[in-house]
Amino acid sequence: MSKPLKKYWPLFVLPTMAAFVIGFIVPFVYGVFLSFCKFTTVTDWKIVGLRNYTRIFFVDGKLDTTFIHSLWYTSLFTVVTVLIINVAAFFIALALTKGIKGTNLFRTSFFLPNLIGGIILSYIWLMIFNAVLAKYSKTIVSTQWTAFWGLVIVVCWQQIGYMMIIYVAGLQNISADLLEAAKIDGANNWQLMKGVIIPMLRPTIATCTFLTLTNGFKLFDQNLALTGGNPGKMSELLALNIYDTMYGTTGWQGVGQAKAVIFFILVAVIALIQHKLTTSKEVEA
Amino acid sequence: MAQANTKKIKKRSDNEVSAARKSKHGTALTVFFAILSFLWILPILIVVLNSFKRKAYIFKNPFGISNVTLSQGFDRWRAGIRKTFVGLTNYATAIKKTDFFRCFGYSVFITVLSVALIVMLCSMTAWYIIRVKNAATKTIYLLCMFSMIVPFQMVMFTLSKFANILHLSNPLGICVVYLGFGAGLAIFMFTGFVKQIPIELEEAAMIDGATPVQCYFQVILPVMKPTLITVSILDAMWIWNDYLLPSLVLNVNKYKTIQIAVQYLKQSHGQVDWGAMMAVLVLAIVPIVIFYMAVQKYIIEGVVAGAVKG
Repeated sequence: MSKPLKKYWPLFVLPTMAAFVIGFIVPFVYGVFLSFCKFTTVTDWKIVGLRNYTRIFFVDGKLDTTFIHSLWYTSLFTVVTVLIINVAAFFIALALTKGIKGTNLFRTSFFLPNLIGGIILSYIWLMIFNAVLAKYSKTIVSTQWTAFWGLVIVVCWQQIGYMMIIYVAGLQNISADLLEAAKIDGANNWQLMKGVIIPMLRPTIATCTFLTLTNGFKLFDQNLALTGGNPGKMSELLALNIYDTMYGTTGWQGVGQAKAVIFFILVAVIALIQHKLTTSKEVEA
Repeated sequence: MAQANTKKIKKRSDNEVSAARKSKHGTALTVFFAILSFLWILPILIVVLNSFKRKAYIFKNPFGISNVTLSQGFDRWRAGIRKTFVGLTNYATAIKKTDFFRCFGYSVFITVLSVALIVMLCSMTAWYIIRVKNAATKTIYLLCMFSMIVPFQMVMFTLSKFANILHLSNPLGICVVYLGFGAGLAIFMFTGFVKQIPIELEEAAMIDGATPVQCYFQVILPVMKPTLITVSILDAMWIWNDYLLPSLVLNVNKYKTIQIAVQYLKQSHGQVDWGAMMAVLVLAIVPIVIFYMAVQKYIIEGVVAGAVKG
């Protein structure tokens, strides 16, 4: 096959690769390069070394904690959403694989929010949050914590259904014989969960944890639409902080690009750790 | 023998007990989940309700249907309902302010064309790089893997500027950008599938005198159908709901997708028109719900397959 196919690369490979080079390779390489430059657009760059990177943390010799704040705010947000989403999705999936009446309808409604984009979801909730909080003369951006929990609610509402579907598929893959055998051996529900379901579900749990982890870390739309980073940049997650640096004030594009490089490294490290964990598990099994 | 019999009987009665308990349990669970899933979609229903209300009443009385309580008399309550609702006024305003149907058209065009390009071209590339093994195809594969872990913020500035320079800031050009940025995941998923296709299938076709192009379209493409659907669903969900990429790449004064239109309606000068906002949210959700109801099975399968491989 490979021989006659080989000379067909202009048809099979070229179009995709041309777009890939335009849409990814060049922007990426140039993006890394620009993080060491001062620029306002892609043609007026001037190399400044590591100045952009130091300006993330020090402005005019003084410590600027905006990015650090954003980093830990994002980390906390990610941990909280990973926990809530996975625990809730797991238990809903467990209940919805028992064959109760209305299962399909319930799955449908839990999954629905996921199909609606982050911008639209956030405005649905912004209206509801502000209507409720108005009674206490507050808004969703009164403090960084109201904003935080608002974001958590929106993201959980969006992703629980998605993860539930994946957990349902994982649970359905556990053989009924295995469960039956454990039951005959006299295992109670708790032992069944600890001894059979959780171990068998480990790959699914890993997948969902990783998906929610990266989703949380890279969250942008909901942050922009629901809080806009308010009050005073205190609810800015990393992605929005980078966007804000890049497009918010002129002269800061280089710093924005440098933040993006750091952001990329963080995301890549998470992905590599995940990759290492899952492949080593597979070898084990 | 006798022992075995008693064991069987005991087991059966155990089963009956657990079945009985289960059905009681089952009803309780059904009721619980009926309430929970109603609450789950309640936010959407509240938006639908408010989209028909007069602007002033959306925040004054977000969850009720009348501005007076029933205890103040039925007639006054009914008059209150009439005063609260405005019919389709919000929808008319929303459609006019956002030029909704135009945005809807752009969203459909961009999503359909981008998904078609990604699925078609990336499946071809995936087949090629699995069947033709050399340093170049290996590099392409590794670069695709790599692109999957790069967050959009890393390339957003340079990508939007280059798109501008290359005249890709229109609904047609952005499809090329989506093809480039979406190629990583698509090629990853397609190569995973192509590896499982027995090579004998292609060899048989080649012996019959098929060219690689014929072989691809007549043999490979039909076999790949499940993965084609999976990738289509995942990418359609991504592109339809994407806000940041089109807002940076497109010339937004001329072309707005639905997501951009919603965001701009909120940002626009001074006071937010929450009436129009509610209406535009409903307009944005309705097509998704219809689409979901129509191809629910494929969406669920696509999500599961995508998660297992991604």
